[in-house]
Amino acid sequence: MTATTLAHSVVEPSGRSKGIAGTVIVVYAVISMVPLVWIFLTAFKSPSDSIAYPPKIVFHPTLDGTCNLFTTISRQTADYISSLPPPMNVCDRIARARNMVVAGPSNFVPRFLNSLIIAFGSTALSVVLGVTAAYAFSRFRVPAKDDLLFFILSTRMMPPIAVAIPIYLMYRELGLSDTHLGMILLYSAVNVSLAVWLLKGFIDEIPREYEEAALVDGYTRLQAFRKVVLPQATTGIVATAIFCLIFAWNEYAFATLLTSGQAQTAPPFIPIIIGEGGQDWPAVAAATTLFLVPILVFTVLLRKNLLRGITFGAVRK
Amino acid sequence: MAEIRVEKLHKAFTDFVAVRGSTFTVPDGDFFCLLGPSGCGKTTTLRMIAGLELPTSGRILLGGEDVTFKQASQRDIAFVFQLFALYPHMNVRANISYPLRNQGMPGEEVRKRVEEAARILRITHLLDRSVSGLSSGDRQRVALGRAIVREPLAFMLDEPLGALDAEFREVMCGELRALHDRLRATTVYVTHDQLEAMSMADTIALMNNGVVEQLGPPQEIYDRPASVFVADFVGSPPMNFIPFHGRVAPGDKSVRIGEAAVAVPEAREGIAEGELLLGARPEHVQLSASSPLRASVIDAEYLGTTQIVTVSTAQGTTLKARLSSEVAVRPGEHTGLVFHPKKLSLFEKKSGRALRSALHDEAAHG
Ligand SMILES: Nc1ncnc2c1ncn2[C@@H]1O[C@H](COP(=O)(O)OP(=O)(O)O)[C@@H](O)[C@H]1O
Ligand SMILES: [Mg+2]
Repeated sequence: MTATTLAHSVVEPSGRSKGIAGTVIVVYAVISMVPLVWIFLTAFKSPSDSIAYPPKIVFHPTLDGTCNLFTTISRQTADYISSLPPPMNVCDRIARARNMVVAGPSNFVPRFLNSLIIAFGSTALSVVLGVTAAYAFSRFRVPAKDDLLFFILSTRMMPPIAVAIPIYLMYRELGLSDTHLGMILLYSAVNVSLAVWLLKGFIDEIPREYEEAALVDGYTRLQAFRKVVLPQATTGIVATAIFCLIFAWNEYAFATLLTSGQAQTAPPFIPIIIGEGGQDWPAVAAATTLFLVPILVFTVLLRKNLLRGITFGAVRK
Repeated sequence: MAEIRVEKLHKAFTDFVAVRGSTFTVPDGDFFCLLGPSGCGKTTTLRMIAGLELPTSGRILLGGEDVTFKQASQRDIAFVFQLFALYPHMNVRANISYPLRNQGMPGEEVRKRVEEAARILRITHLLDRSVSGLSSGDRQRVALGRAIVREPLAFMLDEPLGALDAEFREVMCGELRALHDRLRATTVYVTHDQLEAMSMADTIALMNNGVVEQLGPPQEIYDRPASVFVADFVGSPPMNFIPFHGRVAPGDKSVRIGEAAVAVPEAREGIAEGELLLGARPEHVQLSASSPLRASVIDAEYLGTTQIVTVSTAQGTTLKARLSSEVAVRPGEHTGLVFHPKKLSLFEKKSGRALRSALHDEAAHG
């Protein structure tokens, strides 16, 4: 062995280990992308292609699924259809080719909006409650602080669905069933303990001197919190918000149990989209694809903060 | 600008008393040093004056007004922290102007004040830089800038030079003192470094275990230490202590150490027979072959014009003498010790308290 092969840096990984790491990541990414790609492809298949066996990788793309997702259609006689004015859009045309007409929009858009309202609403509430509680726990002398913090954490020690029946009964009694407010409160209740714990970690890391400097400079406690602590806690707030959002956005069990109509979110709605002759897989796939978009956009927009945030302050200058 | 008065200030944390009944006055325009070893309660005292900590008991007066329970934001005191508390998300100019913008000062006035402060601190060229790239010295200048733009009633500085390297610390010491001479603002400066305190302060309060042991100008603290702790903490090398058994009556002009009679400043108070300590600064110790107080040379450390000579007495006490480098000494050499008779201190060993003597007369006369 020559001296040059021995002389490698002990901090920088060698080119070879970087290469291996890169390969592993790519393989992992490809494997985890397969189901997503399959869902995406299915969204553009015709209903029969979507359940064909062996599965079709090459197929003739259609907008059947997308149209079924956004519209309700009804069967009419050929005479009636020919008496109509020419189709106004692509969904109209697809429907008429099968002796159907578009009767109106489906429930998908309102359900999707419900999901947005409830997920973002509960995330905002969890983060606001979390950051104020975390600040108090971090900075003030709170009686029985450790016990309180443990209690807050203990609310996560059983699966939330274990209390589904009592919550169902309580919500019915309180008139919170199938309301936006009810779902926002429920998801916030689940998320707030996570938010308090995560954010307390981040706020503990911010030196007190920053606020104290603001205090002696004439700022009130609240101003110091808003203008000095919050900007420095951005990373933690963003990371916490993403965790809360992902939970609320994907939550299925409570949504199924507690919502059915006006406040129903997308997760319980999507799997039961029925088309002509049963489950409408292309429509389900199209809905699932669209369902991924908000989280994807939110995460990509904030990914810088997220990456730094998920290391929990371990990376400090 | 204002005088600060602290009366019987006491601070207990749940299981620990950090400050015990401190009383002192910082005259208007004074450069006042809180000096003491780490953990003695300096920062806690400073934080109470600034309003960042509430005292358990006692009073704080700022310019005659009782501010003990006033919010920090209402006191008009500037605080420079040990950790440079610059806001990382703002550049230098924004950091310095931050306290002013909050007061709703017009932009033009803010700009003028910031530039004036930057000029005094010689950081004009850094104003538009981000604080993250600055050296620690420059960061501390920016922190000082933040303090001086406000023109507050008083400045609190908590070991502001603690994070700088030794060489730069000396430079900054000079700058800080020059800045103070220029602004003449009441300043309370916390440090554990006696050299810093001695070189900068008008008045020093030397703290130990939450208690102010001695209060006075640096010279006074150095020449007439009120306790063994003070004598030992200040000076480098610190004061020498020679233990002996004996008694002192008012009017005594010498004490017996072993066989030798050592001349001391005339005692103004007496003390019953017991364990005592004779205190002598290294520069007040000389070697003399004829002295009955016998000692042998252990070591000599050459410092240029002076040398620090370590000797050991027959009783086994080690002393350090600061001698001219021209005096030739050999390790192992047997010799005798003489002390400067007017400069010696006597302490009661048990309490550590200094006995009053002619040494203290001078203080009374000024
Ligand atoms: N918030 C606190 N809670 C409990 N003990 C404290 C607190 N702040 C300081 N102390 C204790 O009080 C003592 C004095 O602290 P401090 O004033 O910071 O000392 P110094 O600045 O002289 O080094 C230390 O022993 C420290 O541990
Ligand atoms: Mg301190």
